[in-house]
Amino acid sequence: MRDAFTRALMREAAKDPRLTLVTGDLGFGVLKPFWETYPEQFVNAGIAEQAMTGLAAGLAMTGRTVLTYSIGNFPTLRAIEQIRNDCAYHDANVKVVCVGGGFVYGSLGMSHHATEDMAILRALPGVTVFTPGDPHEVEAIVPVMLRTPGTCYLRLGRGGEPCLHPGPIADYDAPRALTLREGKDVALLSAGGILTQTVAAADLLAQKGVSAEVVSFPCIKPIDREKLAELATRFRHIVTVEEHSIVGGLGGAVCETLAEMGAGCRVHRIGMEDVYSCIVGTQQYLREEYRMDMNAICERTLAWLAE
Amino acid sequence: MTYTEKTHAAFGGAPINTGDPRVLAWLIRRHGLEMTHISRGSHIGAIFSLAEIMATLYTGVLNVNPAEPRMPSRDRLVLSKGHAGAAVYAALAERGFFPVEELSSHYANGSRLSGHVSHKGVPGVEFSTGSLGHGLAVAAGMALGGLKDKADWRVYCILGDGECDEGSVWEAALQAHQYQLDNLIAVVDHNRMQSLDFCENTIALEPFTDKWAAFGWNVMQVDGHDVTALQAAFEKAKANRGTGKPTVIIAETTKGKGVSFMENDILWHYRTPQGEEYEAALKELEAQRP
Repeated sequence: MRDAFTRALMREAAKDPRLTLVTGDLGFGVLKPFWETYPEQFVNAGIAEQAMTGLAAGLAMTGRTVLTYSIGNFPTLRAIEQIRNDCAYHDANVKVVCVGGGFVYGSLGMSHHATEDMAILRALPGVTVFTPGDPHEVEAIVPVMLRTPGTCYLRLGRGGEPCLHPGPIADYDAPRALTLREGKDVALLSAGGILTQTVAAADLLAQKGVSAEVVSFPCIKPIDREKLAELATRFRHIVTVEEHSIVGGLGGAVCETLAEMGAGCRVHRIGMEDVYSCIVGTQQYLREEYRMDMNAICERTLAWLAE
Repeated sequence: MTYTEKTHAAFGGAPINTGDPRVLAWLIRRHGLEMTHISRGSHIGAIFSLAEIMATLYTGVLNVNPAEPRMPSRDRLVLSKGHAGAAVYAALAERGFFPVEELSSHYANGSRLSGHVSHKGVPGVEFSTGSLGHGLAVAAGMALGGLKDKADWRVYCILGDGECDEGSVWEAALQAHQYQLDNLIAVVDHNRMQSLDFCENTIALEPFTDKWAAFGWNVMQVDGHDVTALQAAFEKAKANRGTGKPTVIIAETTKGKGVSFMENDILWHYRTPQGEEYEAALKELEAQRP
């Protein structure tokens, strides 16, 4: 996803000489093509996320589209008040980009596990929250985000995720949810890089004779209400999957929306169960440990369907 | 009597030259007293502390135009110590950005004139603050954008000394030096007091000027209540364009300046002027009218 982001951003920077990328001293090996090609459109703010975000707001007020870039909780939680007051309240054209959503930096410990960011950013008025699930979604979303007025949040995964969509996504318009598999027994809704596990879980469910629809939500705020309404009429069970707390992210957004609609379906949330991670490991190990990997999604879904 | 008639009464109907920084500073104090009195609001000490700084900026230092508040070539002013917002509102109203009468709505239900300065719907306010430690980074961002665009305008940022407890101030100070923002002029309202006590009893800042110098800034120290000295400092700061260094003016001020019993008394960070205290403060101010 990181490389897809850089590719997409390079294309946009060529079109808009005022597009400016500000990094919090991270992105070695990822952003290098950008700073080598567009040195005038690149700023290293140092290891100072609060001032980086304020600086970005000020730069945006000089008629620029400005991206801030760092790992996990650093461009988001560390600078949350700057995002709220300096960026969003001022409708500043700042796009906050995090790499390493969820357990990407799993072995580095809880400081590097981004598991509440979607909820916290989603709570801020005026902030659009993008959570792409594969490189095709990233490439589709970057230009959409840059044309979205005001403050946005883009949550990326890591490098090297597989493409799950068959090809580039044409004419993406936010906040449209994207269906990867059609099914009839259960709907699996996914946000972010854990889409690999959601798709794989659908394969496992198929082997058990359960037909699962898989829908990716590359944008959770605003959320695709029409799609949710439609899914609620077709499915009795909806499962949300996110490498994030079950509080306030995709699961929260889906529950809020469907409850308001008076939908009759049940929603089951898969994610961190309102706890901090206190062990380390690879991303996949931690997904297994916290029961959000493909096997856990399959087993838990079967159990819910049997209730 | 309207709010405007009341606050202008001391001039006895004579024309008021708000382009004179001493007159404007007096009016900022007069409005500060009246606004905090009507609203039962706080922060009169901070408003009085920066009256001359604000008045000097709005009488010839800042290139701003009330007829076109968003003029692209305008100088930008960020009040980072947003709790002194009444001083900005008073200066803007007296300089024609919006009606003086509206100052009476400060703090009121439904008012756009919030206690901490807000840009929403208020012509002339560049940026909203209130949480300390935000303004300098934003001002640096504006200045960086201005430099990249080779623009002539400058960015001014007013900070409190107590505000310099915030680490984000020093993050921004490092960045402003790194990016050679010689179009950025910071002013620290150095009244040596913060919310609960003197700065030195809270989080010691001295040697304060040395800190800024060590961060790579041009540093000036002036009497923050002497408009002639302030004018000279701003002229010198403007001339620093081309040095590749940002400038900070450490303005030595007195919290509560202008009313004897408010000066250097921590009580007047939050206390609101009412009853006999309001009357006594008014009498002292009226005796000082330029």
